[in-house]
Amino acid sequence: MQQVDEIGPSTETMISLRDLRVSYGTREILHGITFDVQRGETLVILGGSGSGKSTLLRTLVGLEKPTSGEIWLKGKNIAAISATEMDQIRKKLGMSFQGSALFGSLSVGENVALPLREHTKLEQSTIEIIVRLKLEQVGLSGFENYMPSQLSGGMKKRAAVARAMAMDPDILFFDEPSAGLDPIIAAGLDELILKLKKAFHMTIVVVTHELASAFLIADRAVVVDKGHVVAIGTMDEMRASIHPRVRQFLNRAPDPDVSEEMDYLQMLTEDNRPGSKSGDKRGA
Amino acid sequence: MEELLAQVGGTVSGGLQYVGALAELSGRAAYFTFIGPFRGKPLRIQSSVTQAMEIGVRALPILSLITFFIGLILALQGAYELRTFGALNLVATAVALGMTRELGPLITAILVIGRSGSAFAAEIGTMKVTEELDALTTMAIGPVPFLVTPKFIAMIVMVPCLTIWANFMGILGGAVFGVAEADFTVGRYIQASLDALFLRDIMTGLIKSLMFGVTIAAIGCHEGLSTGAGAEQVGRSTTRAVVMSIFLVVMVDVIFTAIFFFMGPQ
Repeated sequence: MQQVDEIGPSTETMISLRDLRVSYGTREILHGITFDVQRGETLVILGGSGSGKSTLLRTLVGLEKPTSGEIWLKGKNIAAISATEMDQIRKKLGMSFQGSALFGSLSVGENVALPLREHTKLEQSTIEIIVRLKLEQVGLSGFENYMPSQLSGGMKKRAAVARAMAMDPDILFFDEPSAGLDPIIAAGLDELILKLKKAFHMTIVVVTHELASAFLIADRAVVVDKGHVVAIGTMDEMRASIHPRVRQFLNRAPDPDVSEEMDYLQMLTEDNRPGSKSGDKRGA
Repeated sequence: MEELLAQVGGTVSGGLQYVGALAELSGRAAYFTFIGPFRGKPLRIQSSVTQAMEIGVRALPILSLITFFIGLILALQGAYELRTFGALNLVATAVALGMTRELGPLITAILVIGRSGSAFAAEIGTMKVTEELDALTTMAIGPVPFLVTPKFIAMIVMVPCLTIWANFMGILGGAVFGVAEADFTVGRYIQASLDALFLRDIMTGLIKSLMFGVTIAAIGCHEGLSTGAGAEQVGRSTTRAVVMSIFLVVMVDVIFTAIFFFMGPQ
């Protein structure tokens, strides 16, 4: 297993992070993250609450600005481009949020159709066909006219995946896909991710703290701890890792008391930072 | 003493910052309303019409009722003093001027704050908390053109319209008193009101109401967009939107009334 791989960006590299640092105010959350994601690969970002994994994902899709470092998405450094250019890139990124983030005032079908209506000049009938197709791919055919409030948690997440895939993205991001779901529904979402990967050879980045899910879907995993990458490799390499934090994470061992208090404080401040969501509390 | 000055300075700079943020948001909404359509960013007509229905048409029954009684109250209060001079026939003038120049725009604004300003903050705030705003951003759909601009358009169209209606209902309320107690007929009362009004009375009221509309939309949307994490923050934003809107609408009222007073015919 390699610590941090230093292969330069190639044509097959979809995402490439170089010494990425992100701060909220004066507090640095990510202290120099470096890794690559190859085309067609499913990368799982593992980490505990307050490890910075959610911040990492938010930075990858351009919701947070890095203080320094480079983020290469398909050959463009999004840390140094204009908002207009970023919007061009975003049209080819799909993001499935932890709480699904479907628009409550729009039906499921309208939710999926929204990016198509905004960014393409497709006919209404064409959009309807695409919407039906996308909903079918996530196992929700026939739910076009339901309102998000009428769906169960698992179905909402599936609908959110359909919306994220509406524009046929090159990279699909998942924030805690199994958070708040029972194990059976969560396994269903893992299946869905595997299916998308097989059927469309999509590049997929998943942030999670669910080990079972990671073992099932990951080609490679990145373990993030306190804003540092502590390990990168396949899940087999993870199992063989001797890094204490990785071992602790895999064995689900609690922290010793002293640092637990600090972690708890860190977690609290993490959750109260401006612009954060109460997600970790929900997910844990 | 130094501490006190620092506190005053901090409050003032905080206030200016807030007004600056409102001005920036209004400016961006104005860009997407007036310039965006010529740069290939079409107006969201349907969304604006939906908002206009909610802000304007649905407010009509309650606005009619309130301003009718405000007109009646104005007539009663005016008559209390006018009666001692035996000038009860001036009650139509008092009501007409009071409504069009001040109370029509102000009561309308306060009602719109309660119905729509608070709703803007709650709606956008909830979207922020549930990551829907982030979802919009990741789909390359700007929250300002998508959410804020239709609300601005609806506000600047509907608040002046509502104000015209409020003025009319107020005068009607005054007419009830005029007919019952001051020997007017309905026709003569309306005529007396029209004679009392100059175009500038109506226009100053409408200009103020336009500014009120911009203020309410800016505060409602700004409070929604700056909502923190968690459901309780949505409640806080909504409360702040209402309180700040009432305060700033009164401030705008003072400023514009003063401008009209000093620029008017001496």
